[in-house]
Amino acid sequence: MNSIMFLHEFTSQRLHLYYQQQKESGVKSLMNGLRRLFKFAPFMAVFLFLAGCGERRLTALDPMGPQSQWIYDNMILSLYVMAIVIIVVFVLFFIVVARFRHKEGDNEYPEQVHGSTKLEVAWTVIPLFLLAILAVPTVTGQFYLSNTGLEAQEAENEEEVDEEELDAESAEELGDDVMKITATGHQFWWQFDYDFGDDSFTAGNEVYVPVDTKVAFVLEAEDVMHSFWVPALAGKVDNIPGIENYMWLEASEPGVYKGKCAELCGPSHALMDFRLIALEQDEFDEWATAMQEEEEAPTESLANEGRELFEEQSCLQCHAVDGDGGAMGPSLANFGDRETIANYLEVTDENLKAWIQDPQSLKQGNNMPAYPDLSDEELDALVAYLNQLEKLDPETKEGLERD
Amino acid sequence: MVREATNTLQKSVLWDWLTTVDHKKLAVLYLISGTLFFLKAGLMAVFMRIQLMFPMNDFLSGQTFNEFITMHGTIMLFLAATPLLFAFMNYIVPLQIGARDVAFPFVNALGFWLFFFGGILVSLSWFFGGAPDAGWTSYVPLASRDYGGLGIDFYVLGLQVSGIGTLVSGINFIVTIINMRAPGMTMMRMPLFCWTTLVTSILIVFAFTPLAAGLALLMLDRMFDGMFFIPGEGGNVVIWQHIFWIFGHPEVYILVLPAFGMISEIIPTFSKKRLFGYTAMVFATLIIGFLGFMVWMHHMFTVGIGPIANSVFAIATMIIGIPTGIKIFNWLFTMWGGKLTFNTAMLCASSFVPTFVLGGVTGVMLAMAPVDHLYHDTYFVVAHFHYIILGGIVLGLIGATFYWYPKMFGHKLNETLGKIMFWMFYVGFHLTFFVQHILGLIGMPRRVYTYLEGQGMDTMNMISTIGAFVMSAAIILLVINVVYSAMKSPREGGDPWDGRTLEWATPTPVPEYNFAQTPQVRSLDPLFYEKIHGDGTMKPAEPIGDIHMPNGSIYPFTISLGLFFAGFGFIMLNMENAIISPWIVIAVGGIITFGSMALHSVKEDHGYHISKETVEQMEKEVGTNG
Repeated sequence: MNSIMFLHEFTSQRLHLYYQQQKESGVKSLMNGLRRLFKFAPFMAVFLFLAGCGERRLTALDPMGPQSQWIYDNMILSLYVMAIVIIVVFVLFFIVVARFRHKEGDNEYPEQVHGSTKLEVAWTVIPLFLLAILAVPTVTGQFYLSNTGLEAQEAENEEEVDEEELDAESAEELGDDVMKITATGHQFWWQFDYDFGDDSFTAGNEVYVPVDTKVAFVLEAEDVMHSFWVPALAGKVDNIPGIENYMWLEASEPGVYKGKCAELCGPSHALMDFRLIALEQDEFDEWATAMQEEEEAPTESLANEGRELFEEQSCLQCHAVDGDGGAMGPSLANFGDRETIANYLEVTDENLKAWIQDPQSLKQGNNMPAYPDLSDEELDALVAYLNQLEKLDPETKEGLERD
Repeated sequence: MVREATNTLQKSVLWDWLTTVDHKKLAVLYLISGTLFFLKAGLMAVFMRIQLMFPMNDFLSGQTFNEFITMHGTIMLFLAATPLLFAFMNYIVPLQIGARDVAFPFVNALGFWLFFFGGILVSLSWFFGGAPDAGWTSYVPLASRDYGGLGIDFYVLGLQVSGIGTLVSGINFIVTIINMRAPGMTMMRMPLFCWTTLVTSILIVFAFTPLAAGLALLMLDRMFDGMFFIPGEGGNVVIWQHIFWIFGHPEVYILVLPAFGMISEIIPTFSKKRLFGYTAMVFATLIIGFLGFMVWMHHMFTVGIGPIANSVFAIATMIIGIPTGIKIFNWLFTMWGGKLTFNTAMLCASSFVPTFVLGGVTGVMLAMAPVDHLYHDTYFVVAHFHYIILGGIVLGLIGATFYWYPKMFGHKLNETLGKIMFWMFYVGFHLTFFVQHILGLIGMPRRVYTYLEGQGMDTMNMISTIGAFVMSAAIILLVINVVYSAMKSPREGGDPWDGRTLEWATPTPVPEYNFAQTPQVRSLDPLFYEKIHGDGTMKPAEPIGDIHMPNGSIYPFTISLGLFFAGFGFIMLNMENAIISPWIVIAVGGIITFGSMALHSVKEDHGYHISKETVEQMEKEVGTNG
């Protein structure tokens, strides 16, 4: 137990250092950056090229947050260590293949060598050192990734834990501003519950977070296993029915990030994408306030018809249109702001209509019933109603970076 | 003719193959059925690659695609790789240790037929509403009754039946290798292929038992309202993952260790040198086998077990890199200073070394638990394990096929076709899987049936699919080679490669008793020792005499057939509108199985003897032939 505590302390210290490093600005961080660039230059060149293949705000090769940056740096470190192994083996291999050929008519057997204890020891011990280089960040990094800050916060709130036992500084550092969002996986959509005490609300399929802030996610699943993954920001952690998992992430730049479900969850597993939208703090606060507002009847008459239809067709049974979302279907409270329809379709009126009429053909195995009998007028009204359910300031929405 | 004297051809050919307990014939059966399953699962892989050729392709639906990934993985691991390895283990190991057969020929036949009927049972799912669709790992709750269709029942029962077959075969190999070695063949004189077979068999005994237990629990859940894995009812879904990977991780070593053994036979033969660091190789094998059981949780780093457990398993996993590294360097130094002949077998064996290093390197990268949060369940993992399985096991298998083919079938495979095949396979393999590393890193999860446009994944998926086409062309070429060589290749004698180990001391075709006189082993690489220090033939350890042989038996076939019916009956419990009551089918199956067992126990069977005169005559005929 002692050793575990020690390990914990050790990692918290490292974390603290790490955070300081992250926060240092100006020349020093530039120097750090240059040094890192120099150190990793050859691989960076390869990876910058490869990063060109991927899409920004999706690919993990262009990290946009401290956690993904850590993961990326250590992946590069492991590539360096492994490059040593690869080079040694390949060089030996090509020498062997080129030099030691059997020649026609040569019937002598070569010397029958038994082995060499020295060599055996060498290739046992040297890899041990190489692995030790990787083992250290493996252990510290696992604690870094697992530290959502929620435990420290709870400990502080309940005042259960002896102050001395808890590293006071790290508790302050991590415990204070932890925002908590519960992400629940469903076949095949995401539910995001924002925990603000009395002001809690629910959003569907798109999760908004403030930029430069550590956000803790509680991961749950309703039906089968899913896995919550925003490659450009953090590693994935599984959503498992009956179990609560934790992870955290932080976005260093505002913009629209792509997230994916990474655990096979049924026929439409591939289409269970989501968006993570990082906003400046004030814009985020504005959005959060808007999400808590009651839904109001729209002023436009077509949209108003749509609203009545929405109730008539009992869409409301599954889809909330205000912040009190349920587990039956994604909340549509901010549907007008959506980046996609059904997690993957482009936002157009035609796609939305096609989806309402026959969801199965677009996303096999999902639970939404089809509405093939709606007339064109009715569909127009529904679309008009849904499209005006907006919570985001239009200017903010316009300014979001998507690339 | 050689075999007329024995009782082999007194029966019809079909009856002979159904009742055979000869390890060499069972090996051929394993080889044929394993190849058929391999071709089937390979075809599925090609279909999946066609689906992934373009973004948002609609060649396969999501459901069909999931059925394909599941069947591809299940068949390749349980019904293709395992029997193909068993084919060589069965044929070669008794010859290499100088034995007349395995310890329990009856059990050997039982193992084959159980595997065969289990495989048929899994495959039948296509005709009853769709194949299993929860991945080869069948994670619950996706594989539970609420979310998984009837296909999962075929997976559970089929693997249960074939798993028993693998298990009994494993026990059989252990007993054979411990007890049946020729005089002088000490443990530390055994060829490395025998060592890896021994360690693999031990792993089978310890790994297939948890699998059997896990499948039994899943069966109870699915058919009798068990609640082991139902989260709402006090069950726990993570337990399944633990049970599965306690089996699943050793399974990887069960497959790769025999491949290591094959490489360790081929490289010395075509380098004309003894294996470098034999002792180190043996202990590396033992350590890999042992550590294989200590690392299962690295498949579950993202499940949320906690940082301490993750760290421990991460470091245990990294340590496996060391014995594997020992093997790699010993192979390299076996070739160092040798006189290398690059025929197809040697091309496969030598290219195995750098390819396997690439797979091993990504393995160590995956072992870094925090970074694994990036790799886990992406195409990076897909690339990694295909480098191990294709670049390791399949290259080993193809190499072993070319190497041991003349011993098994009396003629070599065509070398020109073989070399073209090898290069196509090798290039196609790297084309297919290298880009998948990058696909994973830029955000492509595994097991997705499609991907969207504009994510930078189009080109690499196209490359990958083209590689898959090249690889399948290579496999077709291999099949053509088999047919072509059967017609054109000249007959070979007993020792076409200037071999070093005991199997090359037998005549070809190998008589059913293998060795007329059990050989006296004087060294590692016994045949090579006699070539240098003796007259090039093995010295007998016994005078020539009557040879005791086991009788063939139909019971292995019927016992397995009964279990097949019983398994199908249990599946019928979940079928709507089954034609007859499932319980009747289960009862019929039970009666056949237990009836056969009872009959086998009651009937006295002492085998038969091949008389001394017959043996002498057969040996003379072989001598003039070979």
